[in-house]
Amino acid sequence: MRGLIRLTITNLKLYIREPVSVFFTLAFAPLLVVLFGAMYGNDPSPLFGGYGSMDISMPAYTALILGSVGILGIPIQVGSLREQGVLRRYRTTPMNPLTYITADVITNLIMTLLGMILLVLVGWLLYSVQFEGQVLKVIGALILGGLSMFSFGYLIAGLAPGARAAQVIGMVIFYPMMFLSGAGIPLEIMPETVRKISDFLPLTYVVKLLRGLWFGGSWGEHLLEVAVLVGVLVLCGALTARFFRWE
Amino acid sequence: MTSIIKVQDLRKTYDDVVAVDGISFEVAEGEIFGMVGPNGAGKTTTIECIEGLRNADSGQMSIFDLDPQHDRSRIAERIGIQLQQSALPARIRVSEALVLFASFYQRQADPQELLKRLGLTEKRSSAYAKLSGGQKQRLFIALALINSPEVVFLDELTTGLDPQARRAMWDLVRDIREQGRTVFLTTHYMEEAERLCDRVAILDHGRIVALDTPEALIRSLGVESRLVFTLPNGSDDLSLQDLPQVSRVETSGDRVVVYGSKEGLASAVLNALEDAGIDFQDLRTEQPNLEDVFLALTGREMRE
Repeated sequence: MRGLIRLTITNLKLYIREPVSVFFTLAFAPLLVVLFGAMYGNDPSPLFGGYGSMDISMPAYTALILGSVGILGIPIQVGSLREQGVLRRYRTTPMNPLTYITADVITNLIMTLLGMILLVLVGWLLYSVQFEGQVLKVIGALILGGLSMFSFGYLIAGLAPGARAAQVIGMVIFYPMMFLSGAGIPLEIMPETVRKISDFLPLTYVVKLLRGLWFGGSWGEHLLEVAVLVGVLVLCGALTARFFRWE
Repeated sequence: MTSIIKVQDLRKTYDDVVAVDGISFEVAEGEIFGMVGPNGAGKTTTIECIEGLRNADSGQMSIFDLDPQHDRSRIAERIGIQLQQSALPARIRVSEALVLFASFYQRQADPQELLKRLGLTEKRSSAYAKLSGGQKQRLFIALALINSPEVVFLDELTTGLDPQARRAMWDLVRDIREQGRTVFLTTHYMEEAERLCDRVAILDHGRIVALDTPEALIRSLGVESRLVFTLPNGSDDLSLQDLPQVSRVETSGDRVVVYGSKEGLASAVLNALEDAGIDFQDLRTEQPNLEDVFLALTGREMRE
């Protein structure tokens, strides 16, 4: 337990000292608000069920952060720590491997939560974005979405031969998913074909779950999303347990 | 002497390559035990099997009477490991690393005290990536001592260090032993093994070809000491051959090598040269060392 807490604290410090990861987790989404807000504003639109473009971007960009942390960040992070021999050094200690992963997951969840808070702060200051849900439910959705995206990231890290390959695989998966899942651009303005494709992308379900709960929906209305995300988590978790390598 | 590590017929193969080919030895409590041999001799594989980081194909091993393959975390609690290859996150600071690693163990040494002993106090706020090779190595030793371990494993501790840093490392290792810990080290520097270890196992192609104290290994060779000097004015007949301490004399050009195994070789030859009024230069003695032992046992030179 003491090891878990200390490792989490150390990981958080290391995270904050890494400019690239700080940019993608904390600054990228607020920048999108500034950019797309200037282009589309936040006037209520029937297309978005009476909400403005920035209103619905809040949960969508939160999903975007989860996806980028999980699919871009984790594979690079784990891949390079493994390549350098850091994981090997941890493995010589009595620390349980599960403790290591848990600390890593908590670190990434805390950073994502910080990213979401910053995002909402910027959205609220610039466009007085609406929030009609319950904070705890949204955080619950953030954790579930995070766990499923992160488990996907650990699986990539486990399967990729090196840090470089992990980075490339992460990008190849993440960037199309960012545009096709509704995380980067609302699905409402996408053609029918794209919406069909989006049904097969895990990130789409993170967007739908977060958006539903954000605007006052209940868990009961999102059983499909919950089932898909739990499924991804269980599948990737099991495969990670099988393929994860410390060296 | 109680044996703290016991290895019986350890065998390990990677694909088609036999890394360790059935070796047996014991390490006594409180000694500095060294494993020497060229790269690829099987040293790291052996040490990592005992540490529980690799699984052996066959053979029996125990440390503190525990089995490395089944009791890894209990063993990890009581040993310190310096790996041949490892790293820390680039931006972690020295003191953070010590506090972090201390938190993984039940028993903890004082991080500040360790920093002081390893001369890292001034570097405690430096990022790992900014440390020099020697400083990184000292930090890894500090991490290996963070749980006050009973046995410390040092794998290729001084590889890549300059001679001065290497000597400083030797003092540190002796210090560790002085505190009552057992040290198990590997090296491919014969000199290091000779100067540092109480007992040395010489490994070649996955087998132990000799195991004893460095002195006994050298003595067992029966190799003679050598006295080497040059004669700037050419070599007349020196008649050194007649001295009782001298077994033979080799001359090539103005360079002379005198062999002998008895005590007093150097002084006898020196006296003879002085008495005969012969000018000599660059005189030095060459004692047989572990390098010669390796050469004699394997028919090959150890290369760095």
